[in-house]
Amino acid sequence: MYKNIMVPIDLVHKDHLDKAIGTAVDIAKLYGATITFVAVTATPPSKVAHNPEEFARVLEEYTAGQRTKHEIDIAAKALVSHDPAVDLDETLNKEIHALGADLVIMASHIPHFREYVFASNAGFLAGHTDVSVMVVR
Amino acid sequence: MTDQTDSDYQIETDTDYEVGQDNVQMLGLDIHNPVFMISGLTIIAFVMVTLMFQAGATEFFGWLRPFLTSTFDWFFLLSANIFVLFSIMLMVSPLGKVRLGGADAKPEYSYLGWFAMLFAAGMGIGLMFFGVSEPISHFSSSLGGTVVEAGARTDWAPLGGAAGDIEAARNLGMAATIFHWSLHPWSIYAVVALALAFFAYNYNLPLTLRSAFYPIFGDRVWGWTGHIIDTLAVFATLFGLATSLGFGTEQTLAGLNYLFGVPTGNVSRVVLISVITAMALISVLRGLDGGVKVLSEINIALAALLLVFIVVIGPTMDIFNTMIAGGAAYVKDLLPLSNPFGREDANFSQGWTSFYWAWWISWSPFVGMFIARVSRGRTVREFLFCVIVIPTLVSVVWMAAFGGTAIEQVAADPEAGVKSAALPLKLFEMLKDLPLAWLTSFLGIILVVVFFVTSSDSGSLVIDTITAGGKTDAPVAQRVFWCVFEGLVAATLLLVGGSQALTALQAMAVSTGFPFTIVLLVMCVSIFMGLLKASRA
Repeated sequence: MYKNIMVPIDLVHKDHLDKAIGTAVDIAKLYGATITFVAVTATPPSKVAHNPEEFARVLEEYTAGQRTKHEIDIAAKALVSHDPAVDLDETLNKEIHALGADLVIMASHIPHFREYVFASNAGFLAGHTDVSVMVVR
Repeated sequence: MTDQTDSDYQIETDTDYEVGQDNVQMLGLDIHNPVFMISGLTIIAFVMVTLMFQAGATEFFGWLRPFLTSTFDWFFLLSANIFVLFSIMLMVSPLGKVRLGGADAKPEYSYLGWFAMLFAAGMGIGLMFFGVSEPISHFSSSLGGTVVEAGARTDWAPLGGAAGDIEAARNLGMAATIFHWSLHPWSIYAVVALALAFFAYNYNLPLTLRSAFYPIFGDRVWGWTGHIIDTLAVFATLFGLATSLGFGTEQTLAGLNYLFGVPTGNVSRVVLISVITAMALISVLRGLDGGVKVLSEINIALAALLLVFIVVIGPTMDIFNTMIAGGAAYVKDLLPLSNPFGREDANFSQGWTSFYWAWWISWSPFVGMFIARVSRGRTVREFLFCVIVIPTLVSVVWMAAFGGTAIEQVAADPEAGVKSAALPLKLFEMLKDLPLAWLTSFLGIILVVVFFVTSSDSGSLVIDTITAGGKTDAPVAQRVFWCVFEGLVAATLLLVGGSQALTALQAMAVSTGFPFTIVLLVMCVSIFMGLLKASRA
């Protein structure tokens, strides 16, 4: 059913990703699909890393830990966006097509009042991309 | 944060400070505690106090600004010279080879996109208003020569003036104008921008003003020392933008009234501020690439169109002559114009030069921060060349075309409309004497509005980053807040207090140029120490 699963990763909230990653691993094992973790950063220093190169290393380390934990191969891809506060959704959407992903599994917070005005990232992708998106609360 | 990198030109610091460490998350926002609250509340308090005690505020700030620029004129002039020399020294020294972001960093923007953004943020709007008026002012005062009363000069001519000599007055007028719009202002911007970019990309510190002082103050920059520096920067930026937006509204309305008879009352003011703020909001919501960059490129394209039109349709040969002779006069008079001591032309050197330097310096946190944001991957040499030399050349061409044409009109007819028109209308009066005036004037108004939108959206981006503790990916709602806040401050000042309140708060914004000059001088030491360390890394 699915061949290529993309899992957007927010490295600031690593401790909230277990359920989404667990779901992706189960589905990947069920259908023999590949998994790719995708994370986006800006160039200035952030809470996660001081620069894009270090960000890629942090993502790779995190992915390596998940590979061992779930005993499945997971690819990792770090992307640089000039203005992730605004471009994140579009950057992820482009990457979905660049990777040829047919399923996106994404952790998302419980919507609050703010989401009536500004869609959450998962909400945007579910509403705007043409592949299946599974939003995991 | 994890281990820091150790690639070439990257410095490993001892600090364990994390970007956003002091931030608080509430109501879906991610803001620095206490910079966000202090900045916001102080701005509201200042607006209220200024409006409640308008006469006193007007009197106080009306006294403070000239007091600073007259008493400390030598300090402003000397410091600006230091910034120019410092930048040139870095450009030609081996330190210039240090790459922002480390040896392997790649530039994120093409030269054109990068230059369009830094130019639109740095000067843009000023060139529209002063491109015509300033050359005429200096030309006329130079032509009038010197006037001495009670042993002191009362004229506004630069240096010794050029009494009765049209050719010499034209050259001196152009030299003085170019002086205010070229090497010195762009070196001021370059110092701040370089400090911010270098300490963010090579020292891996948060992209905010305080980081530039880390080599000197160490971890104290994360405490109150840094809070004060960042709050001052927000303060200068928001008041600079809001008062400019207020004045820009008055000027745009004057232009619209002149061209199309649009009424200039309060309704028009509110509508225009709302339109500019709404356009800035759309740009802010579209982000750096989809908003600011696109608008900056549109700006540069339209400005280039207007420039080419004037050069081709206007007095082409005179413009070229003005360019060459004015440029040469600038080189010749550079030393006397920038001399900080023993000046006889006090009105010019204090009223114009010293004021301009304070103005550019008060804008430097905003412009510098914005330039830094888009400059990773450039070498220090390339960065300084593009931030100082190219804008200087563009300013020479722009001033020669706009100012040269206007001076030509005044030289041919001393009663020409361009001489007597009010400041906001001088551009349109100059264009009136050229073919297709309705088209170029309309283009002029569009340019003014778009330049304002670009300042407003890039300003919101900068203030948001500072008040989010250097986070560039804070929730978009915060940018929206600052963008709307700026529009509200401008509208409130204009409606309740009129131009007087705007003048008072603008004088205060310019007055922040004084403490910032000291801040910038310290920055130079910081940059030098940092670059020296990085070049050995």
